[in-house]
Amino acid sequence: MSSATGTAAPAGSSYYGQPVLKQPVWTPEIPAYFFAGGLAGASAGLAYLSGEGALARRAWATALAGAAISPPLLISDLGVPSRFLHMLRMVKVTSPMSVGTWILSAFSLATAGAAAHALTGRAPRTAAVCRPAAALLGLPLSTYTGALIAQTAVPVWHEARRHLPIVFAAGAAVSAGAAATVLTPPEHAAAARRLTAIGAVAEMASMLVMEQRLGKLGEPYSAGTAGRLKRAASALVGGGALLVAGAGRRSRAAAVAGGATVLAGAAAARFSIFRAGFQSASDPAYTVAPQRARIAAGEARGASRRSPR
Amino acid sequence: MTFTVRTYGGDEKPQMGFFTDTSLCIGCKACEVACKQWNEIPQSMQGFTGKSYDNTVDLGANSWRHVAFVEQRKELAPDGGLVEQAVLEQLASATGLQTYQEGDGMRWLMASDVCKHCTHAACLDVCPTGALFRTEFDTVVVQEDICNGCGYCVSACPFGVLDQREDDGRVWKCTLCYDRLKDDQQPACSQACPTNSIQFGELGDLRERAEQRLEQLSDAGAEKAQLYLADDDDGVGGAHAFFLLLDEPEVYGLPPDPIDATRDVRMTWGAAAVAAAGLGAVLAAAVFGGRR
Repeated sequence: MSSATGTAAPAGSSYYGQPVLKQPVWTPEIPAYFFAGGLAGASAGLAYLSGEGALARRAWATALAGAAISPPLLISDLGVPSRFLHMLRMVKVTSPMSVGTWILSAFSLATAGAAAHALTGRAPRTAAVCRPAAALLGLPLSTYTGALIAQTAVPVWHEARRHLPIVFAAGAAVSAGAAATVLTPPEHAAAARRLTAIGAVAEMASMLVMEQRLGKLGEPYSAGTAGRLKRAASALVGGGALLVAGAGRRSRAAAVAGGATVLAGAAAARFSIFRAGFQSASDPAYTVAPQRARIAAGEARGASRRSPR
Repeated sequence: MTFTVRTYGGDEKPQMGFFTDTSLCIGCKACEVACKQWNEIPQSMQGFTGKSYDNTVDLGANSWRHVAFVEQRKELAPDGGLVEQAVLEQLASATGLQTYQEGDGMRWLMASDVCKHCTHAACLDVCPTGALFRTEFDTVVVQEDICNGCGYCVSACPFGVLDQREDDGRVWKCTLCYDRLKDDQQPACSQACPTNSIQFGELGDLRERAEQRLEQLSDAGAEKAQLYLADDDDGVGGAHAFFLLLDEPEVYGLPPDPIDATRDVRMTWGAAAVAAAGLGAVLAAAVFGGRR
């Protein structure tokens, strides 16, 4: 016990339990966009690689739908929606939101050109440029959102910065596979079923690895609403993927049911990660403990300095 | 020592900032009132919180200065606190530090918190519209005619300073009275502070002054006295609003090792690129994997 300065700060001490960080002000439109954007991005890649045919047409339509719904979701989340064009005042590599806005804008244009051709057969020369562009832009569109939330002070997001883009990529893959499985007759949907299976395994494995690496800090992913959503997501993605893999080839009904279940699970996974951020920011212990650990381990010197004597 | 801002050419100014010496704070909240009045900030919570004399609670869109009150009863030492009392009397006579602890074991810490105006400001780096900018005084300011309320800065700030104003959708925070600085005036809070707990000036001068005060307090027995955000080599590159604290930062609700979330931007983008490439590989495997 020290003399003049009162009791030592007990481990995990705080100011009346007040959070150090502000709660994110983002609304549920944001995780909805994470889902829609990933679905669109990976669907464009699936469509392009599939070439022509039933699967490609439906995947282009999915990409177009995702690209169409994404800007309204993002704009309605803004505090001042009428100022959405201010997003295009600059290009800023330190801001994943700025980079992402440009990626989404370019992706939407390219996807419109590609889908128009796939669905109507018109404007083939425009489509020849748009198709590879959309497929290529769809990849970073699916992963920059992981970088976006990682570039915050929210502990469960920032400390997972190596993992979140991979989790989001896996989520995009399984979403695109499931959507194409739902929409495409089984005899043309082999690639979609394979994508669903690979994506489901990747999503569950990447989530598991992320939580293991976070250790105690990762608790918010399993607690409260985030935990319930995560468990629902695992059950839906796993069960749906099994149904698709097991019976999707023979039965259209099984393919539709399985694919829809996977889609619901993939969406729930985005909402789980989103909620976990709020839960992590609301408890000062999650903010202070890892910072104290960094200082104790000698990885950081902290922001305080006492008199050198 | 004078640090100047290099990017403003002929308009360059010395770096300005606040040194908040919490050992001099008497908890009068004149800073909060002066700030609200000058900056025409809407009223915030007026109720009783049960958190000592604190009814502002935290910094936010409508509170740009916040006086924290740490009121704790502590166990007296086996000698009835005689030794501690002697040290406290020494502190009081040597440094004027009287508000810190009363003889009956009640501990009082008061501190006026504010936006730190970080050298490496994550809020500014993540702002997609350029609403947040660095002024010629090296402070960080939100342009209210540009901000579209995307909320990225709110989650990027390691101190929980910025927040969205509910009825207006935009994000607001301390401007270090940019308008007053432009007219060679000091900020409203430091002008109103009756004990000089909030000191405004050139960053280099303030750091020298803080150094002397830390030494004085440490010599007199305040062994946990510490400078917070007063160096260039911490996680935010030092701040233009820095503090002398009498206990660990978390006691005041401040993070002990805040970092600029964009410090790892290359690694984060690297992870996103690897994940994007992986997604491409998975798509290719799914499409071409069955055709062999």
